[in-house]
Amino acid sequence: MTLAELPRTELLARLRAQVAVKEARIRQTPFPVHPELAALLPDGGLKPGSAYSLTGAGALLLALLAEPSREGYWCGVVGMPDFGAEAAAHAGVDLDRLALVPDPAEQWLATTAALLEAVPIVAVRPAGRVGEGEAAKLMSRLRDREAVLLVDGPWPRADAQLSVSRLSWSGVGAGFGYLTSREVTVTVSSRRSPLRRSVRLVLPTPEGRLTAAAAVAETGTILRAVG
Amino acid sequence: MAAPAGTIDSAAGPRETSRRVGERCLVLWFPGWPVTAWALSEGQDAARPVAVVSANRIVACSPAASTEGVATGQRRREAQSRCPNLLVLPADEARDNREFAQVVECVERLAPGVQVIRPGACALRARGLSGYVGSEAEAAEVLLEAVVVALGPTSGRVGVADGMFTALQAAYVADPVYIVPAGSAAGFLAPLPVSRLGDATLTILLPRLGVHTLGDFAALDAGAVRDRFGQQGLRLHTLASGQDPSLVQPQVPPPELTRQLDFEPPLTLVDQVAFTSRAMVEDFIAGLTAAGLACTELRIELTGELDELVARTWLTPGVFEPAAVVDRIRWQLQAAGGQLGSGIVSVRLEPVAVDALVNHVPGLFGSGTDERVHHVLSRVQAMLGHEGVLTPRIGGGRWLAERQVLVPWGDRPVLVTPADRPWPGRVPDPLPAVVFAAPQPVQLHDADGEPVLLDDRGQLSGRPSVFRFGEERLQVAAWAGPWAIDERAWDPERHRNASRFQVVDDAGTAWLLVLQAGRWWAEARYD
Repeated sequence: MTLAELPRTELLARLRAQVAVKEARIRQTPFPVHPELAALLPDGGLKPGSAYSLTGAGALLLALLAEPSREGYWCGVVGMPDFGAEAAAHAGVDLDRLALVPDPAEQWLATTAALLEAVPIVAVRPAGRVGEGEAAKLMSRLRDREAVLLVDGPWPRADAQLSVSRLSWSGVGAGFGYLTSREVTVTVSSRRSPLRRSVRLVLPTPEGRLTAAAAVAETGTILRAVG
Repeated sequence: MAAPAGTIDSAAGPRETSRRVGERCLVLWFPGWPVTAWALSEGQDAARPVAVVSANRIVACSPAASTEGVATGQRRREAQSRCPNLLVLPADEARDNREFAQVVECVERLAPGVQVIRPGACALRARGLSGYVGSEAEAAEVLLEAVVVALGPTSGRVGVADGMFTALQAAYVADPVYIVPAGSAAGFLAPLPVSRLGDATLTILLPRLGVHTLGDFAALDAGAVRDRFGQQGLRLHTLASGQDPSLVQPQVPPPELTRQLDFEPPLTLVDQVAFTSRAMVEDFIAGLTAAGLACTELRIELTGELDELVARTWLTPGVFEPAAVVDRIRWQLQAAGGQLGSGIVSVRLEPVAVDALVNHVPGLFGSGTDERVHHVLSRVQAMLGHEGVLTPRIGGGRWLAERQVLVPWGDRPVLVTPADRPWPGRVPDPLPAVVFAAPQPVQLHDADGEPVLLDDRGQLSGRPSVFRFGEERLQVAAWAGPWAIDERAWDPERHRNASRFQVVDDAGTAWLLVLQAGRWWAEARYD
């Protein structure tokens, strides 16, 4: 009985290993992002195995997490104790597939590396300066697992830098109204394309999402007029 | 079709019972068990007149009460009129069962395979014990003595006969032991009244038909009894003729899955406890695996030297593996650091919820994504502690930090405040992407550098102009507010009266500020 079973379990283990290898190779296409952002990014999405550096994370990070999360991918957020989960839910992130590691302290690198094993999209705010060596190690793990790293802050080997500038809030004045939406300019600079590309977006909209600027520009002016 | 099938049935029935006759059965019975159970659990004396009442009828009474004329079946008023100093107790089935479990345990120590008939009566096969001690009479004496020694009640009676029904009838007449010799069950039962069958219909009907004793009933033709009283009647007819179809069905003790480890001398270091428990944990998981079970919910009890008990139930979305259990022991010890003033003397593991192991064996085509994610998150949890990995849930409330409930990975989310209520006063959409776990102190000044405050009429003392957050000094470009929040005025502990403001600084970042009791806080940032 046991003798007959031994080779079979071994066989199963081997088959499993092969299937795992195949599964890992399947994902080659970039992770989806919002069409407005896709136009800016070099690969039209978040390329597996690469890191993106964000300045002024907040709503932009939520917008980047939203599309892959909607597609059914798990997301991890490391080192952000002030992560607004409700805003994330409004932006379209599925909270059932979101894991937060708010306070890994000096273990943030080990935690991120561990998460990358199974979580394809990991956002991290490094605790302290990131060395070249540390970044290189993490990048090889990233390429191996074909995951994407979104870094809040500078990153030595980032594929692209996304930054938010020229913020303008509408809906609020000197003592009246309330915040309704914000127009921003998102700029992407990448190692591979020397040209900076930027676009004017509404982030967040009154619903907490992301759209192109023209779409709600009118509502903004109407609100001002009423105020 | 139906008729021949019935004939075959009736032919098969008696033949099968006759084959089983000869199974000697021993019944241990305690008259008035509810009274004895009360005396045992309350530590009272059952010698005084006591009666247990259910639905206004006496169901059990002590010997002292029955000498005064109290009998089962009487109304309570009637019993009290016969015995004025009668102590009347309400029936408590849980107590009866609980106390009888000790008797069963006591009997099981001598002879395995005890079947509880009802609280106060249990049966076992007579053959094993009587073969061991010599005779059935001696076996009965041994049992009674064991119960008296272990628990105290002396009212036990033992009947030994062919079949459980006859043995129970023998116990009713025993003083304290009555043995019906093999093969003479019918003769023993014959003079007993038909009410002993315990069937309400037959007890009334049979005497009207002129059948008063079990012997009379047994003398009736089996076919006629079946025609008139059906299968139930036929079964009782078989009992009355001394052929008991029911065998003693021993209760199977559940496999022992719980594990306990005692430390001598007590251990004081968390790592010591975790390391020493490892073998026990592996044995615990191996025990479950051997039973074909996988543990999904686990209770860990830690006992300290001063008898402090720290117990907690742990959940996992997957299955507990030895390393995960050791981690949980460690976390529980770390969390209980304050409560345990002394060393640990024992660790006890108890599976609260188990699942068939089949459902948790990895499939051929790799484990699913969620399974892998679970493994990874559990690993990170092992690195950082139970509270290290959190999953957010949105609950109710007016404050942003209160609305996002962070649940440790694997735990069942408990939302204290429901999300599907209006919660007037909550922040309007869009919501800020950065919510400070604890409000951050800030300062808001007007153009003259004076702090901006709110008077009793809700008027601001000046226009906000400068905003300080930590070291940063920012100009206020736009602002709105106040929005008053006055919640839980009925609860002095949780009452909160504050005003919210939205402020946009000159860099274009918007802030959600709170003014409470003259001090400014940043609740969140629209980053």
